Amino acid sequence: MADTTATTSTSATRLTYDFVTRAIARTLGNPGKGYYLLLAAAVSLLSVGIVCLLFILRYGLGLAGYAHPVYWAVYITCFVFWVGIAHSGTLISAILYLFRSGWRTAVYRTAEAMTVFAVMTAGLFPLIHIGRQWYFYWLIPYPNERGLWPNFKSPLIWDEFAIGTYFTVSTVFLIMGLIPDIAAVRDVATGWRRKLYAMTGLGWRGTNEQWRHYTRAYLYLAALATPLVLSVHSVVSWDFAMAIVPGWHATLFAPYFVAGAIYSGVALVITLLVPIRRLFHLEDIITVRHFENLAKLCLFTGLIVSFSYVTENFVAWFGGNADERAGFWFRAFGSFWWASWTMNICNGLLPWLLWFKKIRTNITGLFVISIFVNIGMWFERFVIIVVSLAGEPYEHWANGGYNPTWADWGIMAGSFGWFFMWFLLFVKNFPAVSISEVKEVLPPPKLAKGRVA
Amino acid sequence: MLPKVLTDIFHPPQTPGVLAVFGHLDAAVDAIGRLKAGGHGEALTVYSPIPRHELENALDHPTSPVRMWTLIGGITGCGIGAWLTLYMSYDWPVVVGGKPVGSILPYVIIMFEMTVLFGALTTILGLILNALLASRHQGTIAYDPRFTNDKFGIFVRCTPDQAGPLEGLLKGSGAEEVRRA
Repeated sequence: MADTTATTSTSATRLTYDFVTRAIARTLGNPGKGYYLLLAAAVSLLSVGIVCLLFILRYGLGLAGYAHPVYWAVYITCFVFWVGIAHSGTLISAILYLFRSGWRTAVYRTAEAMTVFAVMTAGLFPLIHIGRQWYFYWLIPYPNERGLWPNFKSPLIWDEFAIGTYFTVSTVFLIMGLIPDIAAVRDVATGWRRKLYAMTGLGWRGTNEQWRHYTRAYLYLAALATPLVLSVHSVVSWDFAMAIVPGWHATLFAPYFVAGAIYSGVALVITLLVPIRRLFHLEDIITVRHFENLAKLCLFTGLIVSFSYVTENFVAWFGGNADERAGFWFRAFGSFWWASWTMNICNGLLPWLLWFKKIRTNITGLFVISIFVNIGMWFERFVIIVVSLAGEPYEHWANGGYNPTWADWGIMAGSFGWFFMWFLLFVKNFPAVSISEVKEVLPPPKLAKGRVA
Repeated sequence: MLPKVLTDIFHPPQTPGVLAVFGHLDAAVDAIGRLKAGGHGEALTVYSPIPRHELENALDHPTSPVRMWTLIGGITGCGIGAWLTLYMSYDWPVVVGGKPVGSILPYVIIMFEMTVLFGALTTILGLILNALLASRHQGTIAYDPRFTNDKFGIFVRCTPDQAGPLEGLLKGSGAEEVRRA
């Protein structure tokens, strides 16, 4: 009897402040073979991408398989895909913060780091796409020097501002959240790590003055990041919606893209959290409840995406515009039918599985679904960009046959390697789960109940 | 090692006082109440691993001025966005798509993004400057590494003759450990 009581009370009081600090600080220790295997895989993928990029640099964009009128292809697809991935991070860290969702504390750091690295990855693609990377600074708008005359009515310039701001703000948000946690690991670390965290912790000690300014600043950053996250993918969607290509020119695009972005981002958070939880033994902190909540977010945004597909097709038919109808017919039954149906099945049908609690609480099941969701979301961008262009009706007689080449696929694979490399290095060297925020949702140690108001 | 001017800035001499370590939040809140009643409200520094409203309420400090930085930064950013787009459009007027040279509507997007960018950066700047000013004001004070883990701490700045009664007060509120610094 005494034994049972002891066990029960241990499991109930297991999540103490000290337990949280030590469990998360442990992720900075030796992560074992599995981690290094994943890191090696990421670096190999990255090197494939680098080799392909070097070929493109040497022999030009002819290697990328462009054929009139498809001059926006895999690189722009990857750009939109990675920007989309970035969105769930800010959703979880800022929007759910404003909504006071306690469960976000265990997963938001991973999501936020994912955001920063995904924007970093996305940012590479416009540069790869322009072909002459050494002229990249021509994209940056600054007062009319050297006859650049930036056109501020162009959505591409809006994108420049949106992505630049998003990258800066999400990085600042990530670093700011890290400071108290770095201080916490500094105070339990030894050796060179202690020195590293002493420098990167910026002298944080958790004094009342520090918290007073910090909590306010965090609140206002969250308040600024919330409209920002909604604006960024809207602006990305306008890169297409402002043009008159059938399949692009729709007012639906902004909410459709934002929902899709969050959908794919949450799916990638699940994909990332499953191995991290296993590798770093975080089962007590990241529980099935967290996965279930992520799955619910996935279900919600997935349904918006499915609804957008239906609306898009309905409007193409109901609108009666012959070009629009032809474009959507080409999408479903043209030469790229396989891409469209991958998208429809992965994004339109798969999320319906998440209505079942059994699936939402089955971590392996969620892991598999999340991977398919991301395949589907990559193909969604491919369908919107490439297939709409390939089916363009304006000069049908001049349309070439586009197909992605080995260089396109290699650079795409390289972008995954680049992203995972940064992410894996991050989780190994900095607290991958927020120490102070996980403590915030635990009951504080008290002498007597009700003594404090 | 450092010249005296730099030493004064980066390593100010240790402030004398009493440091108490608390294992429980309510005991720390209780001690803050008693210290304030005893007239030590100005000399207090409270350490905690997480921000807690109980501590904030007990200390009853004004809302952080960081929000003013956000506001001013946001307005500045919006202005810079407007200036950048309109000035550059009229500086070299090129009519694109038959639209007015200075088209406000699309420029609102850039103004919005610049509002967020400058608002966020000045918020961080405000946080850093305010926290630095606060720590300048406090001087070098005693600290314990457990304060970022699971303990709450209170440091009271005082002269050696005040230390005795303060130690008694802190222990009486339930401090686990009290030491002079």
